[in-house]
Amino acid sequence: MSVPAELKYTESHEWVRLEADGSVTVGITQHAQELLGDMVFVQLPDVGRTLAQREDCAVVESVKAASDIYAPVGGEVIAANTDVESSPEKINEDCYAAWLFRLKPASADEIGGLLDAGGYQKLLDSEAH
Amino acid sequence: MLIFEHSRKNRLNYSQAPATRPAKNNIPDNLKRKTVPLLPEVSEMDTVRHYTRLSQKNFSIDTEFYPLGSCTMKYNPRACNSLAMLPQFLSRHPLAPEDTGQGFLACMYELQEILKDVTGMSAVSLTSMAGAQGELIGITMIRAYHEAHGDTGRTEIIIPDAAHGTNPATAVMCGYKVIEIPTNRDGDVDMEALKAAVGPRTAGLMLTNPSTLGVFEKKVAEMSRIVHEAGGLLYYDGANLNAVLGKVKPGDMGFDVIHMNLHKTFSTPHGGGGPGAAPVGVAERLLPYLPIPIVAYEQGTYRWLTEKDRPQTIGRLSAHMGNAGVLLRAYIYVRLLGAGGMLRISEYATLNANYLMAELRKLGFEIAYPNRRASHEFIVTMKEIKDKTGVSAMHLAKRLLDKGFHAPTVYFPLLVPECLLIEPAETESKETLDHFVAAMKEILDEIAAQPDMVKAAPHDMPLRKIDDVKAARELDLVWNPAG
Repeated sequence: MSVPAELKYTESHEWVRLEADGSVTVGITQHAQELLGDMVFVQLPDVGRTLAQREDCAVVESVKAASDIYAPVGGEVIAANTDVESSPEKINEDCYAAWLFRLKPASADEIGGLLDAGGYQKLLDSEAH
Repeated sequence: MLIFEHSRKNRLNYSQAPATRPAKNNIPDNLKRKTVPLLPEVSEMDTVRHYTRLSQKNFSIDTEFYPLGSCTMKYNPRACNSLAMLPQFLSRHPLAPEDTGQGFLACMYELQEILKDVTGMSAVSLTSMAGAQGELIGITMIRAYHEAHGDTGRTEIIIPDAAHGTNPATAVMCGYKVIEIPTNRDGDVDMEALKAAVGPRTAGLMLTNPSTLGVFEKKVAEMSRIVHEAGGLLYYDGANLNAVLGKVKPGDMGFDVIHMNLHKTFSTPHGGGGPGAAPVGVAERLLPYLPIPIVAYEQGTYRWLTEKDRPQTIGRLSAHMGNAGVLLRAYIYVRLLGAGGMLRISEYATLNANYLMAELRKLGFEIAYPNRRASHEFIVTMKEIKDKTGVSAMHLAKRLLDKGFHAPTVYFPLLVPECLLIEPAETESKETLDHFVAAMKEILDEIAAQPDMVKAAPHDMPLRKIDDVKAARELDLVWNPAG
């Protein structure tokens, strides 16, 4: 299972990339993408909306199920990837390229609490058994 | 082929139409349509053949085993339908005076009494027209109860993560915050998480028992105590009542309010999304809030109770009596069964499920909760098979169609990966169950020998594999004439 080392992760299977300008980019992991299957619908948060950590803020829907996406950290939405809204299959094709939204984090503390690649891999291993 | 594609311009189908047209009507000219409606112009014989052909392509419980069970729709006995269609019932006007509808009211009153008895509740209102409306009524009553007691700090409803999606949706519609609690490895609610979640903000707990995982919550009495001690009330989602009907009463488990899906457990039709009926039962303390109308029996006469009789009622949720025809069918069903028959439903439903579970386990299918007795349904997980062979629950479901069986529910509940939720219901014979097991064995062998063939199923259906992704992404629901 692909778990890129440079990313951070949540227990609810979002990936988080720390950008040079201090913002964070959020998507769903390979594990989540595989579990959900073919995506048919994506709904993203409005730019400018302020999210609390773990607030449900987006929806991805596959042929199997609809699933909420949670804000990995609190902050303001500064961009949403409308490209995946019009072409949800891009999440299946490359979930680490098909980001969902970018946040300007309210505090650095919450970023420190995210899982690193090793921690996320452990979580996947424990869920598999 | 669509009926419109049989259409030829100006072809008429008149033999069934009225011979004379009404001389005039009162519709003002400005409201009359100016263009001819887009309707198929098809001969009578072609119309009959078109719909007969469609019905023959349909997988139905009348032709094939349908392991969706009460979850979707049990067999509807023909007798219920024919008796509910007696002209005296059909021609009754819903606004007719009570004294001309005593027979119908007596049926409704007796249905209330029977449902009270079989669930252990103090009173029942029949008005709700769907499971989701039953939930809305239940949680609205819980809110009314707390408000009537000046207890306004209760803002949260606790719901296990195994619940149907309608439960959290209902709680949110009623203005509550949902507190989700996890399930442990055996399929039971995590009691420590429940203890941590309850408190002065708890308005209530919504529970389905047996749960969607097909197991009976063993600690339901303790859960009831914990929630009640915190001042909350307990809501019973009757989705799986079929498993315990007549055996365990929700009232005895400590529930304050329940809904029963007559279109599931009580075998009334509900194909195509309706009409449903989900009477609500309450314990003594919620009795004043029950929605009206309710039928009362006083001095030898049946009558509707209204706001005057029940000033604290949450009100009316449907015109008249809810889905009266569905209620009648349920009434006839329970009268045909009698109290003993009610017990046999849950006994045979659970026996059939446990038999199927044991036989499929012997074949090598992985049971999601292997240490638990099945309720009326059980879950097989295809996860290991999929990891090894690439054949998923969906592939197996499609292959079952080729074998002459409707597929069971797949990918629900969401907690179990690659799952099949199998519910045979009480009406199936052992021979039918054995045929199903034999088909499952054949598919298991096929998965080992030629997995790609299984993945390409169905092979023998009128339509081959449907592109469900394309169908969902490019919805095409409206027919338009060419050009």
